[in-house]
Amino acid sequence: MDNLGELLHGFTIAVTVPHLALMVVGVLLGILVGVLPGLGAPNGVSLLLPLTFGMQPVSAIILLSSMYWGALFGGSVTSILFNIPGEPSSVATTFDGYPMARDGRPTTALATAFGSAAFGALVGVILITFLASWVAQVALAFGPAEYFAVYFLAFASFVGMGGAAPIKTVVALAIGFAIAAIGIDTVSGSVRLTMGIDELVKGVNFVVAVMGLFGIGELLVAVEEEFHARAVSSKIEWREVFRAIGRLPRHSVALLRSAAIGCWMGITPGGPTAASFMSYGIARRFSRRGRYFGTGEVEGIISPETADHAAGTSALLPMLSLGIPGSATAAVMMGGLMIWGLNPGPMLFVDQKDFVWGLIASMYVGNIVAVVLVLLTVPVFAALMRIPFVIIAPLIVIICVVGAYSVSNSYLDVVMMLGFGIVGYLFKKLFYPLAPLVLAIVIGDKAEDAFRQSMLMSKGSLGIFFANKLVTSLVVGGIALLLLPLVLQLARLFRKPEPPTTETTSQEKVII
Amino acid sequence: MGRTSSFLLFALALTGAAPALAAWQPQKPIEFVATAGPGGGTDNIARAVQNIITKYKLTDQPIVVVNKAGGSGAEGYVYGKASAGDPYKVIFGTSNAWQQPLVSKVAFNYTDLTPIAAMAQDEFLLWVKQDSPYKTAADYLKAAVTGDFKMGGAQSKDTDEVLTRMIEKAGHVKLTYIPFKSGAEAAVQLAGGHIDSHVNNPSESLGQWRGGTQRPLCAFSPKRLPQGAKITATEGWSDVPTCVEQGLDIAQYEQPRTVWLPGKVTPEQAAFYVDLMKKVQATPEWKDYIEKSSQIDTFLTGAEFDKFIKEDIEHLRQVASEQGWLIK
Repeated sequence: MDNLGELLHGFTIAVTVPHLALMVVGVLLGILVGVLPGLGAPNGVSLLLPLTFGMQPVSAIILLSSMYWGALFGGSVTSILFNIPGEPSSVATTFDGYPMARDGRPTTALATAFGSAAFGALVGVILITFLASWVAQVALAFGPAEYFAVYFLAFASFVGMGGAAPIKTVVALAIGFAIAAIGIDTVSGSVRLTMGIDELVKGVNFVVAVMGLFGIGELLVAVEEEFHARAVSSKIEWREVFRAIGRLPRHSVALLRSAAIGCWMGITPGGPTAASFMSYGIARRFSRRGRYFGTGEVEGIISPETADHAAGTSALLPMLSLGIPGSATAAVMMGGLMIWGLNPGPMLFVDQKDFVWGLIASMYVGNIVAVVLVLLTVPVFAALMRIPFVIIAPLIVIICVVGAYSVSNSYLDVVMMLGFGIVGYLFKKLFYPLAPLVLAIVIGDKAEDAFRQSMLMSKGSLGIFFANKLVTSLVVGGIALLLLPLVLQLARLFRKPEPPTTETTSQEKVII
Repeated sequence: MGRTSSFLLFALALTGAAPALAAWQPQKPIEFVATAGPGGGTDNIARAVQNIITKYKLTDQPIVVVNKAGGSGAEGYVYGKASAGDPYKVIFGTSNAWQQPLVSKVAFNYTDLTPIAAMAQDEFLLWVKQDSPYKTAADYLKAAVTGDFKMGGAQSKDTDEVLTRMIEKAGHVKLTYIPFKSGAEAAVQLAGGHIDSHVNNPSESLGQWRGGTQRPLCAFSPKRLPQGAKITATEGWSDVPTCVEQGLDIAQYEQPRTVWLPGKVTPEQAAFYVDLMKKVQATPEWKDYIEKSSQIDTFLTGAEFDKFIKEDIEHLRQVASEQGWLIK
């Protein structure tokens, strides 16, 4: 084990007093930017970047990546407590996290989320440690056709398993694709769907859409249904934190499956957002309690969180080894690498062993530091739920308005955010699912680019999606996932009209 | 007597100081608008200039960098247009400022902005996969005659595609152009063998060259690039032949990094920023930035800059009309 020796050497670099102190500082700052409206990891990292110019590259990257871990954890806090996802990848966490918190169990929701996130991250780091060179090769095999196939798989796994009426899911998807199409089209270079508003050329920012759809939309529903303050009995319960963590191993199937999905989507360029949605969709299908998803199920929190962090962590590898930033934060860090005089790319692993393995070792330590710190904050955050609704409601509006404005200092974004709030409200009232809408807004545009790039390459032949084993298996897997509900329904018809029992038999089957 | 002389001195001092007093100085924080996302070339230059100004205290006012990258940078230019008369917004861009309005219905034109300067020129090279059989641009063109070659690049109808069309014409070949979001994406696609070539800037593919996944065939430059540190074990930028040397007759193709103010600012305000950028350019940190990003140090302002834009538009209009890209 060559890598193991390198890793141990890395630990000698990462586990020193100054570096541990940097991790604590980074994680705390990260939690802060993750929780604060509109800041988020990319902004936080870019604010911190100039401070690192005088540092050793290893120390600098440890500080920045610790901040990244902290922000990832912090982002889940607002998703769970206020239904406002700070990052695209924590949208799926709101589906069950928020109902559970509203149900009076914010401590359980937060502790479960953090525990499973830490597990996902750990699996991701282990993967990086042992399969670094192999993983880098896998990423290279992905051309436009393969990209499209991965996005298709993500859509299929989520949509095919949706709980809403299929036609409503399709409508939500279609609206999402239309929103994703706004702005400049990469492939033709022309401006689309700006409706005479000059500024719309920039497209619709995800944060703007999600803050409105979830934050404001939910608020409107809440105002209508339960304006009288809801009584959430949340004593500060330290024991519940440990109890929730202690219960995690019971869901080991969900944990392992979600980690596997996360790693797979992190290495292939699907990314954390697609991973968390896909994991949630598959969990809903295969979990014993899948029917209760959306009402505050533990596995509904575990699945997206584990996959998100597994993907987020393993996605750092392509950045280091290939120089492709997998996320906005990674892009800022890459800018940092260059300023420190390092060139991301395959040679980094050869030229800068100390740096690379110091970073990887710091991921192990940094994640442990992050999860300990963040668990300590759980009771504090959970206590926020005790604040009466009449006070918290205006706060949520402020968070959403400030968050939307700070995306690019534009009033148009605030107006759009409020508009999305109304859309979110209508969707809820009419029982249209929000998840496919969000998924289409986030990756619809990438999927479209990949499809059209493939068509350019193949001169219009769909055969490109069956041109090699990799892309064929992805596409076939996607189609299978799409057809699965239909097949199950047919099977049910042929047997006898007793639906719930047939579903649970396929429990253990993991598709990938 | 003493009084008169001191009064005279005072008057003298006043007249001497008068031009300096009349010159415009910023009174509140300045916003640098980068028309690219964090980490992109245009973002890097905006931050480099910000760092230098802050380090040397070239102005008393703080500077913040804002990214407005939407719509291939159109977001930033539209923002500049909407901020007419506001001398506290400095827009950093590329030739996009005049190129985009030619081929796309964006709601701005470069004439809506006040040109300050073109501060650096990025070079273009022709890149192929490391293990491809082509040793020179001539080999490449010979093989490309089949018409099956895929050329990747950043965005559509933008600098990369314009250069691709120029290569088609000069080399008498047909290439399939595949637009990606950025040059970095195109580089990864080349490393994976999904496309046959791209025309990235040096800094976009430096890591990949060093890592041995792709190599440059030639540079679209009138003479070889300046000598710098070796990139691979044996070669540096100056070892890359020019495309003309290799029989691909495109002598010069560069991408300027441009700086603008919104429209309707006063000449004094524009002059302040021209002067500020000149001071930035004189620092050793600037030289360092230029060398690290493998760009050419230039400074075009006033009539020179204007002439450059006009010539570039003329050339673009020709390529665009041949391709049927012109709008209207």
